[in-house]
Parts: sequence; C-alpha cells; structure tokens
Amino acid sequence: MKILNKEILADDQGIQIVKVTVLSPGIAAKAKAGQFVVLMVKEEGERIPLTIVKADPGKGSIDLIAQAAGFTTKLLAGIKTGDSLYSIAGPLGHPTEIKRYGKVILIGGGVGIAEIFPVANALKDAGNHVTAVIGSRNKKLLILERELKAVCDELIVMTDNGSYGRKGFVTEALKELLEKSKYDLVYAVGPIPMMRAVSGVTKPLGVLTLVSLNAIMVDGTGMCGCCRVTIGKKVKFSCVDGPEFDASQVDWDELLKRNSIYCNKEKHICRL
Amino acid sequence: MKKEPVKIKEKNRTSRVKGFDEVVAGYSKQEALQEAARCLQCKDPKCISGCPVSIDIKAFIGHIMKKDYDSAYFTIRQKNTFPSMCGRICPAEYQCRKACVFTKKQSPFASNDAINIHFLERFVGDHGAGKGLQVKATGDNKYSAMKVAVVGSGPAGLCCAGELAKRGIKVVIFEGLHKAGGVLRYGIPTFRLPRKILDIEIDSLKKLGVEIRTSQIIGKVKTIDELFAEGFRAIFLGLGAGTPSFLGIPGENLCNIYSANEFLTRVNLMSAHKYPQYHTPINIGKHIVVIGGGNTAMDAARVAIRLQHMNGIKPNTTISYRRTEIEMPARRLEIEHAKEEGVKFDMLVKPECFLGDEEGFVRKMRASRCKLGEPDASGRRKPVVISNSSFETDCDMAIIAIGLSANKMLTSATPQLSTDKYGNVTINPETMETSIKGVFAGGDIVGGEGTVIEALGMAKKASAAILSYLAKTKA
Repeated sequence: MKILNKEILADDQGIQIVKVTVLSPGIAAKAKAGQFVVLMVKEEGERIPLTIVKADPGKGSIDLIAQAAGFTTKLLAGIKTGDSLYSIAGPLGHPTEIKRYGKVILIGGGVGIAEIFPVANALKDAGNHVTAVIGSRNKKLLILERELKAVCDELIVMTDNGSYGRKGFVTEALKELLEKSKYDLVYAVGPIPMMRAVSGVTKPLGVLTLVSLNAIMVDGTGMCGCCRVTIGKKVKFSCVDGPEFDASQVDWDELLKRNSIYCNKEKHICRL
Repeated sequence: MKKEPVKIKEKNRTSRVKGFDEVVAGYSKQEALQEAARCLQCKDPKCISGCPVSIDIKAFIGHIMKKDYDSAYFTIRQKNTFPSMCGRICPAEYQCRKACVFTKKQSPFASNDAINIHFLERFVGDHGAGKGLQVKATGDNKYSAMKVAVVGSGPAGLCCAGELAKRGIKVVIFEGLHKAGGVLRYGIPTFRLPRKILDIEIDSLKKLGVEIRTSQIIGKVKTIDELFAEGFRAIFLGLGAGTPSFLGIPGENLCNIYSANEFLTRVNLMSAHKYPQYHTPINIGKHIVVIGGGNTAMDAARVAIRLQHMNGIKPNTTISYRRTEIEMPARRLEIEHAKEEGVKFDMLVKPECFLGDEEGFVRKMRASRCKLGEPDASGRRKPVVISNSSFETDCDMAIIAIGLSANKMLTSATPQLSTDKYGNVTINPETMETSIKGVFAGGDIVGGEGTVIEALGMAKKASAAILSYLAKTKA
C-alpha cells in the first residue's frame, strides 16, 4: 500500500490530476483492463473506487489516476511518495470483454482519459483498429496524450476552448468518424453528461457502446447497493454487475441524481 | 416460592438516544448470583438443547452459584468462543430461554420467568475478558505445521478459526473489508455490541495464533485453487449473506433510500455519524421510514432515531412492517428498546411506491394496508392487501431492511463450487463439506440469513469435520 511514486499530470485553474503508483502485488498480479480498486487514504477516510490504469505484476505495483475533485480525491492528491494508503482492495468489477471487434473508437473525457488507456492497450493487443478521441477543457488539463498516441492507430484531441487539438466536444469528432466509416464498438468514459451525449450519438446508429459508470460506492463488493443503477429497467449494482454497461440501456437521469446525493455535504467538508 | 427474575439495568432512555453507548448495562456480581440462584438445575436440562452450540448451561450457572466464575467461563468457552458477544446479541428468547422449564408451553418465545441465561453468559464472558482468561491451544502436535484458510471474518469465520487454532493449526483469515468482524462490525450497532467487546474477542483469537489479513477479496485477488497451492490444507468459507434485497417497487432508487446494509455500514463501519471528522457522509431525514421487521430493521431504526437526536432533528422514525408485531422476527428486547427510544411502529403496511422531488430525493411513500390471512410456509400468517386501502405518508428517507441473499463474488469465480437456486453454497450436512474436496462452509452462505449463534453452530461442526479431514489426509 506504499506510494512508490506520485506525479502531478495536470494542474490548472484549481484542477489537479495526479498519478500515484501503489505497491500492491496481489492486485497487480490479477488486474485486468476495466477493473478498479476501492481504497481509503486514511483510517478515518471514505472508501472510494478508482480504475486501475496500469498494472505491473513484475514490480507488484498499480497506477491510479485521480482528479482532485472531492474531499477524498484531494486527500489522495496531497499524498507523497513514501506514504502509505490505509487500505486498498481489488481488483473489483468485471474486466472489459477483450476480443477482436474490428474497428473501435475509445472516447475519454477529462480524467476519464486515464480509464480508456488500459482498454486501448488490451483492444490493440487483441488485433483491433483503435481510434481514440480524447477531450479536456484546455491543453494544460489534457493527460496521457503521448501514451495513447503510442498505442492507438489514430488519435483525435478535442479541447473546449480550442487551446489544443480541435475546438469542441468529443461527440463532434465521434459523429464525423461514424459518418465516414463503420465502427464495431464505441467505448466511452468521462463525466456523465459526456457519456450520455456519446450514447445519444451512437444509439440511433445502433453502434454497440460501452460505458464505465462512476456511481458512488461504499464497499465495492456488492454488499450495500449504494451504486445501484437502472440498466434497461433492471436494477444492477455497478460494483459487481459492472462497472461497464451498454450505454443505450442506462437510466442517465437517475445516475446523475444519485451521484449528487451528497453534494451539499461535500461542499461543507471541502470548506473546512 | 418462585423468585422474580432479576431485571437488567439499562441506560436511561432519554439520554441514550443521544449517542451510541451500550444500552444494556449487564449484571453486577450480586445480580448474577441472584439470577443464577433461580435456576432449578434440572435433572434433564432442556435449555442446553435450545442452544445451537450446546453450551452446558446447567453447569456454568452451577459454577456461578458457587461463585466460581473462572470455571463458569471455561465451561462456556468449551462450546462457545465468544461468550461476551453471544450474551449480548443471541436471540435467547427463541433458543435456550424458550427451552427453559419456566417458559410456558406453546409460547412463541420465552416467558418472562425463564432464566436470563444470556445475561448470565454475558456476565461470565465479561468476567473472563476482564481478567484476561485465555483458552490455551492444546499441546498435541498432531496438527502443527498445518495451515487452514478461513474466508470471511464474520461470526462463522471467527468461530471456525478459533476452534482450529485451539488445536494448534495455523489459521489465516482473509477478510474483504478493511476491518475484521464482518456483520459484527458493519451490521450490529455499537449500542448493542460495543466495539471494545468485539475487539477483545478478535484479539483472543490473535493470541491463539490466528492471523487476519484484511482487504483480501478471495475470488478476486486469489482463487480457491491458489490458496491450496499456497499450502493451505483446507479452506473454510464463512462468506455471509452479503447482498441486500430491495422491494422492487417504483421509486426505490430515489436519493435517500438506503439498504439497511448501506445505512448501517456507513455508520457502524465508516463512522458517518462523526462526519466530518470521519469522511464518509450520510444524510438524515425528518421523516424516516424503515421497512422490515427483523433485527436489522430494529438496528436501522434505532441508529436512525439517534442520528435525528444528534443532529437536532425532531425524532420521527417509523418501522413499517407488513405483518404484526407478533410475527416480527426481531428479538423481543430490540422491539422493546426501539419503542422505548421513540421509534413508531406502523403494522400491516405494504409499500407500493416512493415519490420524489425534482432533484430526485424521496418525499413520500405510498402504501396499502394489509390484514393477516392464512399461515404461509414460515408458519406465520400471511399479509393480504386490503383493496382500496392505499395511503401516502411523508418519507424523506427510507431504509430497506427486508433481508439479504448470498454474495456471489466468490461462488461465481469458482464454478466447481456447487450452489443452490438462492446462490447459497451446498454442503454435505454431516460434514459441512462443499462440492470441492477440502473446502467447507458455514454461516449464512449455507443456511441463508440466520442468527450469529446459528452461524457459530455450523462453524463448530465444520471445524470438527476439518480436523478429521486433516487427520485422514495427513501427508
């Protein structure tokens, strides 16, 4: 649980994205693309889920990337190399189904770019043609561009303010790609409105689209039901039934509302 | 002349709801002696057969009578590893006390006159813990250098680990959460089971040489096969019944509708009531409705009303149950305590749906009234909905406490492990052995939702079978 390395990947306008490398041989040996861990920074801390961005079984370490958004991610961002996490459990959730789909588009928004990275690697290794579309507010907040470029056949960068790559949202690039060619899978991770917008583009075209949902969790092992989501009118637990689901079946409204349940509390604790 | 039962002292009801201190004070020496003196020391003691682990109740009460509390302690420990715990949370009125000669025939649970066996057990357990009395591992080296893995550190896992460690076996417990104790830690509130007591009971296992590894989810980080490959000669699965059931009615995913597991875990395990000193948040409603009639529902309601008190909210917590109080599976003491603490009981209610506001928070519950019909498979009278009895009630927070089912995380990762239609692990009832040789199971993952002492009973049976399995397969 020792922090072997900590790096600040982006820092702009009060938004910080950090990468921590955690010594965790058991998890590193088993982790597959799409899986996550649940960790506590301190004993009095919260349990939060984070996607395993990279696993190095040789070194026994895993990489996690987080945007300092809430209280606990800020606490994690403040951690130093050599510190230890209070606890970490995993690998949790179903791994991404890796096979030869054909042509795939991976879409990452903000810190969600970190989560498409392991999937991009695995899909490329399985012989897919991989196009990645990544988006951020501006150039300074864009992460993993170089790493994804090395893996993907094609990489499109979008920024909200046009400070780098093309100006606009990831969905604009997605629409153009789907107009020009046929794709077999779209895989998207990012803020809920982004994933919802992606689904809005692909659903009418009938393109299989997977999203990794970021519902609030406590244990992450199917024990509490906090992360329940409605998928095609059925209630599922993100932690054990997901975290990936068919985007066309997700009840986005419900997820948005459930994820804002502690917004007032969060504002309060972050002011302290 | 028959003497009156010695009443247990309890924390004042108006002050106790403002915190999480233990409610039941426990007997003093004097009170324990007085209560023990009521025991008839029957020639054919029925109470023992009422105990799932067959504690020699007659003998330990006999020792109390002679003021030999150490012997009383060791008598209980022969059969039960956790007397302080069981003395607090066993539903004695359905078990030993129901079997007591003082209980009236045909009574659904123990009569008031029945000996307060559980309070005496608690007294003895606390005496032993306070004095640091330790059960020593037996000296035989028949099993030394043998390793057994226990998966889950709830009641079944802890008990099995203790039984095996007593025989000199090296036991390693793998726990998925960051703290040991399972449901004793995340489920049962501290006002029923102080964490100091739980920690003492767990420490007593560590002193026997048991090693506990937390945040280790077997099925994910390691498989059953890998445990065998690491040199564990046998494996005990005490996985518990971890998956909360929901009602399956419209509006159930609105914000502020919690499963009892989530609600209790946030408070008991994560200390959400001490937010922001502890970082896990919880919301507290003005009109809290708890659905269910078991111990978990009572626990949730009693935690909820405390949170209201502690946050300056006018207490308003209601338990809604579809049958009546008599059919409630909860311990009678918990029902009484909940009432004393101001929890309202609304019986014969079947929730139909939850209604929310624009932000997605629950505001009302719509429900129907029921009447009792014919007895069902459980022997309890079945609730039948009365037509056109629908009503709405204020509800800005709901806690669903209608039961649990098997957590499939390990079983789905272990296809060779047979399960029944509910996802529970199937076993040979003689040996508690599963479909995999050398893998045994007990507790809720076998029997479905049961009590702590029932889990201990199964774990003991499994530990005996593991011992003979190890003896037979000795290399």
